[in-house]
Formats: sequence, C-alpha cells, structure tokens
Amino acid sequence: MAAHEAAVHHHAPPQGFLWKYIFSKDHKVIGIQYWLLALVAVFTGMFLSLLMRIHLYWPNAHIPGMDGDFTPEKYLALMTMHGTIMVFMVLTTAPQAGFGNYFLPLQIGAEDMAFPTLNMMSFWTTFISFVCLIVAFFVEGGAPISGWTAYSPLSTLGSIAGPGEGLGQTMWVISIAFFCAASLMGAINFITTLIDLRARGLTMMRLPLTCWAWFITAILSLLAFGVLLAAGILMLLDRLGGTSFFIPGGLVVSGVQQTGHSGGSPLLWQHLFWFFGHPEVYIAIIPGMGMASHALSTFARKPVFGYRAMVYAMSAIGILGFMVWGHHMFLSGMSPYSGFAFSLMTMAIGVPSAIKTFNWLGTLWGGQIRFTAAMLYAIGFVTLFVSGGLSGLFLAQPSVDLYLHNTYFVPAHFHLVMGVAAIFGMFTGTYFWFPKVTGRKLNETLGKLHFWLTLPGTYAIFMPMHFLGLAGAVRRYADSTAVQFLPALQPVQFFISIAAFITIAAQFLFLFNVIWSLKYGEKAEGNVWEATTLEWTTASPPPFDNFAGHEPSVYRGPYEYGVPGYRDDYLPQHLEPGQLVPEKA
Amino acid sequence: MPGAPVIDDLEITPSDRGTRGPSSAEPPYGPGGGGGGRGGDGEGAPRSRPARSQRVYYTGIWLALAAILMFFMALVSAYLVRKGTGNDWRAVALPRVLWLNTAVLLLSSIALEASHRAWVRGQASAFRAWWATATALGLFFLVGQYVAWRQLAAAGVYLASNPSSSFFYLLTAAHGLHLAGGLAALLYVLSRDWIRLQAASGVAAEVASIYWHFMDGLWVFLLLVLTLGR
Repeated sequence: MAAHEAAVHHHAPPQGFLWKYIFSKDHKVIGIQYWLLALVAVFTGMFLSLLMRIHLYWPNAHIPGMDGDFTPEKYLALMTMHGTIMVFMVLTTAPQAGFGNYFLPLQIGAEDMAFPTLNMMSFWTTFISFVCLIVAFFVEGGAPISGWTAYSPLSTLGSIAGPGEGLGQTMWVISIAFFCAASLMGAINFITTLIDLRARGLTMMRLPLTCWAWFITAILSLLAFGVLLAAGILMLLDRLGGTSFFIPGGLVVSGVQQTGHSGGSPLLWQHLFWFFGHPEVYIAIIPGMGMASHALSTFARKPVFGYRAMVYAMSAIGILGFMVWGHHMFLSGMSPYSGFAFSLMTMAIGVPSAIKTFNWLGTLWGGQIRFTAAMLYAIGFVTLFVSGGLSGLFLAQPSVDLYLHNTYFVPAHFHLVMGVAAIFGMFTGTYFWFPKVTGRKLNETLGKLHFWLTLPGTYAIFMPMHFLGLAGAVRRYADSTAVQFLPALQPVQFFISIAAFITIAAQFLFLFNVIWSLKYGEKAEGNVWEATTLEWTTASPPPFDNFAGHEPSVYRGPYEYGVPGYRDDYLPQHLEPGQLVPEKA
Repeated sequence: MPGAPVIDDLEITPSDRGTRGPSSAEPPYGPGGGGGGRGGDGEGAPRSRPARSQRVYYTGIWLALAAILMFFMALVSAYLVRKGTGNDWRAVALPRVLWLNTAVLLLSSIALEASHRAWVRGQASAFRAWWATATALGLFFLVGQYVAWRQLAAAGVYLASNPSSSFFYLLTAAHGLHLAGGLAALLYVLSRDWIRLQAASGVAAEVASIYWHFMDGLWVFLLLVLTLGR
C-alpha cells in the first residue's frame, strides 16, 4: 500500500499512447478495455457455438479448419471453451468490470476508482487469464473437454482422460486462477469506491440502481472468487503435484487401472465449484438488472416503482445465492433432506425475483414510454429474465431435476436467464451510454432492427430446447443421430441451428453500428436522454478527472421523473432546489 | 481477530490530519451518508474520520482480508471434508519447530503493537526499532516454516505422501505466501522516513499492521486446525 498514492485523486493526465490507452489507470479507459475484451470474447464464443450448431444438424459436414474427423471430443472441447469464455470472459467482465468501471465513479461523482493502480492490474490480470484460456486451443491435445464446470476425475487425471485433458486443462485451471485474482482485485476496488467516494449528499438510498447492482455484485465476487481460487489450486496440485484431493482410488480408465491416487472426493470439487458457481450466476445477471431498471425508469419517464424494494430484492437474491449451490448437484446422490433444503432455498429466490419483475412492470405502467433501442433491450431483458427464470422453478425440484438435469432443458434455462438476459443488459448499457462515452449516438434504426432480429432469434433458439429436453435429448452429445431415440428430434435441431445462424448474423449489425457510429453517429454531447443521474452533468466524453475539477453534490433521489409542478419532466440529482424551474402558471 | 481497536486508535492519533491537503478531502457526508459501512472501518464513530483519500485504504484492507478469509475457509472446509473421505489419511507428525515459530510470530505482533504505541507518543526512534524487530521476527518465522518443511521432507513426508501431508504443505505455503506479502509491506514502511509516514497519517503503517495481525491470528487458527483436526 503506497502512502504517496493518498494524493492519487489529484493526479495529472498521463502522456503518451502507452500510458494513456494501454497501461492506463483511468477508470474510463479500463472500462472500455474490459468492454472490448468482452466483445472479442463474445464473438469468439459465438463462433464456437456456430461450429457446434453446424455439427449438431450436419454431423458429417466438413468444417474448414477442423482437421480430420469431427470427433465427439472435439465437440466437447468446443462446448467447454464456449462455456468458459462466455461465463468468465463475457458475462463476468463486461456488465460488472466494463460498465461498472466506467460508470460507477461517474454516477457517484468520484474522480476515479479508489485504487487506480489496482484497477489497471485487475484488467491486465484478466487479459492474461484470457490469453491463457485461448492458448489451450493450441497446446498438445487441444482444448479441455470437461465443460466449464470441470468436474473431477475427468478434469484431474491428465491426458489419460482424453485429448485436451493434458496441457489444455492445465491452461484452463491457470486461466481461472488468474481470473479469480483479477476479480478479487476488482471487487475490493468497487466496494471501497462505493463506500468511501460518494459525492456530498449521495446517501445509499439515493444511489442509482446500477450502482446498487455493481455494489452487490462486487460483494458476491469478493466472497465467491476466493473459494474458486482455492478449488483451482487444489485441482492444479492434483494435476501436477501428485496429490489426491479430488481423485478417488481404484479408477479404471480405458481399461487401465489408475494407480498413484486414492481416497479423493470428486464431490468435494463440485461443492467448492458450485459454492462459487451459483453466486457467479448472479454476478452475471445483477448488473443487467441494474442497467435495465435504470433504462426503464429513464425512458418510461417515471420513478422506479418501489426503489427500496428493488434494493432489498437484489440484496436478498445475493444472500440467498450463497445458500443454494446444492441445486446444481441433485444428481450427486445427496441426502434427500439436503436436497429438500436446497430446493426450498432455491424456490425462495423466486420471491425477490418476482418482486423485481413486478416493479419493472410497475415502472412501465402508465409511463410516457420512449421506445429507444436501449429501452427495447431493457424490456427484452425483463421478458428473458421471466421466461428463463420460470423454468428455474421446475429445475429447483430434485425429482424433476433428476429427469431434466442432463437434457437440453438446462441449457435452455440458463442461456435465457443468465446468458442472453445478461447480454441484453449489456446491450441496454451500450445503447444507453454510447453517447456518454463517445459523444455520438448509436444509430437508432439499426439498433431497433438489431433488437427485432435478436429478441425473436434468441427465443427461437432456446424455447425449442426446452421441448428437446422434455423429450429426453441429452445435452453434451456431439451427434444426436447416432442414438436410437433422438433422430426423430432432428427437425427441431435444424430449426434451432437456422435460428442461431440468423441471430449470430444479426450481431454483425451491432458491430457495424458501433464502428459506423463512432465516426458518423448523430452528435450527442449533452444530456441526450434527459436523464437525472450525475454522469450526464459532465461533458461527453467526460474529461480526465470526470467533473473538470468540480465536485458534484446530490440533492435528491436518482429517478425523479415526471414530478408535477416543474417545467421539465426530470429533476437532475445535482441541481439545488432553487435551481429547478417551476411550471409556468 | 485483532485489529479493530487499532483502527479506533488511529482515528484519534494524528491531530494535524484535518489541516493537511485540500479541505475538500474531508468527508462531506450529509445525514446518513456513511450508511454503507460494510467495510467495518469505525462504523458509527461520531468523531472525525480519516480523510476520504486515506479512508479507502482501511476499507480496502478489510475487504481484502474478507476475501483472504474466504480463501482459507474454503481450504479448511476441503481439509475437513477430505479427512472424512477415504481411508488414506495418515496424520502428519508436526515438527516441533512450529511451536517456536508460532511464539516468534506472536512476539512480532506484540512488537508491532509496541511500535504503534511509540507512534502514538511520537517517538520516532522507538517506533522504528520496534517496527524493525517485528519485521525481523516475521522473517524468522518464514525461515522457521522452511525448516519445518525440511524436517518433514527428511522424515520422508512429501506433498503427495497422503492427504494430511498435502494439506499441511498447502496450508503452510498459502499462509507463508500471504505473510511474505505482509513482510514486504513491513519492509516498505521501514524504508519510509518518519516525516513522510507522518504526512500520510501513518496510513501505510496502520494498514500493514492490520494485515500483519490478521495473518498472525490466521496462523494460530490454521495451527489449531492442523493439530486438533489431525
């Protein structure tokens, strides 16, 4: 801890390209770096899913770049890397570290994060983690095949367990360990910033819901990633150090008796992993909840319905999230009593989730709705959260989960509720704040077109998967035509594949929009959405110290829209009561 | 865990804090503004708190310690679960040097506390002497832990021998690495001159000692796990 950094909040802007844009300590640059990393990662992950979708419907198709036969192991490697890249490098980086880094200090009126150097280290550690993960494709044996959950003993035995389980899986564990360290650094920074650097008058109950969401997410990260780091180290020792934490004795792999290990517990890994893994789901989705709430209120020109209830519901989701990890393990043969307890806690999460949904609808009810692209994505977020969340109630019951757990029902559920919903949260944030970051709006027409292709597209992909699952289609199968009872379902796989191609193609519309609008987008330098929060009180893009030497003060809550008796239908947080213009009599 | 009273001390220690730096650095909270104190830094204390640019270090260190605690709790949970699984657990005979190491580490915390008292009284040389003592004792502890490893290895007990030895090496190594970080912080403070430490209200010294005391308490806890949970 460097004492000279006590004065860091009055630092001078760095000079030179390297220090300004690469090794920058400016939270805004770091936020964009995270966003770009997630963009690269999301297109990589999407490309992997494209290959999987091609293979699922045309198992014999020759795919350029995939040498030789498309073996089941290659499919599993694609699946593992798709899951890992999407969950860690996209859903955990962009909503929290990307948007949070850029907008948390701006929304609370701070000049920067609490620890700018730590912030920079956090990003570059994440970057190293991403590189380690991608390297796994190119090492001997290729990428790991044990899924993003890396269950032991498949993940711990080494290359005997399959191609990719040698160096590839080792790279995977190292990547995850780096990622944990980076997330912990980020979490410390976020929480400290929010607790200590809020502007004058910005009480906790005047925080925008985005800030609440980043705050709660950071607490979840702080408590969850240390556990995954511990589990990762144990796995690394099992793989490289000859220990037997997770490797049981007496294993026979491919007809060969495994010696040198005994007594380890594969279930121990599952417990440690899911103790992290379930909060991770909320780490991905809660920032999306914050951004959706923020956009819904802004574009409905109404206060968020039940602000305090929203805060308490998010907190309750966060707390309950630590008590339900066992619902990922109903198949592990756990005691029915534990299964019952986990099931009950899981269904209890339905209560705060329902409160949030009710309040989102309440926010929209009777509003003067402005259907911007950001607003469409926020509404899309709500629909996906509901339709994905409801199937969670099915899976929360051990008896139902026993049947559905290894079927397509589960990918359908989590892709809708944590995957696509969180992505919609990011789209909301991107369309909403692009003018703030660049001074230009994204093209609204293209944005709406993008939305109207993406929303039905994702439903067309994931809704039929529920029915595949109910019909017994097993997930992780590389070739469903090779099993007797599955070929009849191939028309559904065909439909899903076609829907996936169209939806993936639509994402290039978004990419084009971002690049095109950087140069040719409509100029938007002021408070373009007529919003109330502090980030709109400074220039777009904001100066290096955010508020140009001025320290903002806050006089009211974040969602004062449509208050009667004033000229404008929004009351910015920073205006003193005397500065507000009353309605002409 | 030690530490909480130390922070309270700090907040009243440097009397010239408020006059240093731009006045806007004082926390400008309105009513209820400090309501988010999950970091545990002197919650509810009505007296003046450190300027916000320094306060972040206290919040930050407590959050870091929370994360570190979760990390070790995960390892200890794994320890207890793994002990009940399989029949390959052969309890490690703990080298006796561990008890000496523990005493040395406890002494280093006491020395650090003595150093803190010297700081409060404004005695620069006593502060430095006690601080150097604590640092040397910390280094002695790490060397002692290494000796314990050598003794175990000489007795033919290695990382992969059995789960008990695996956890012994893992827990001592993980704690040792964290302590080495603390040692770096102690050395950093030792390298600063008195004037500069004073100017920063002793933030670096205070944060380093919070971390050090925590690592001390953590070691006692781990030793209890390793002996009672054998």
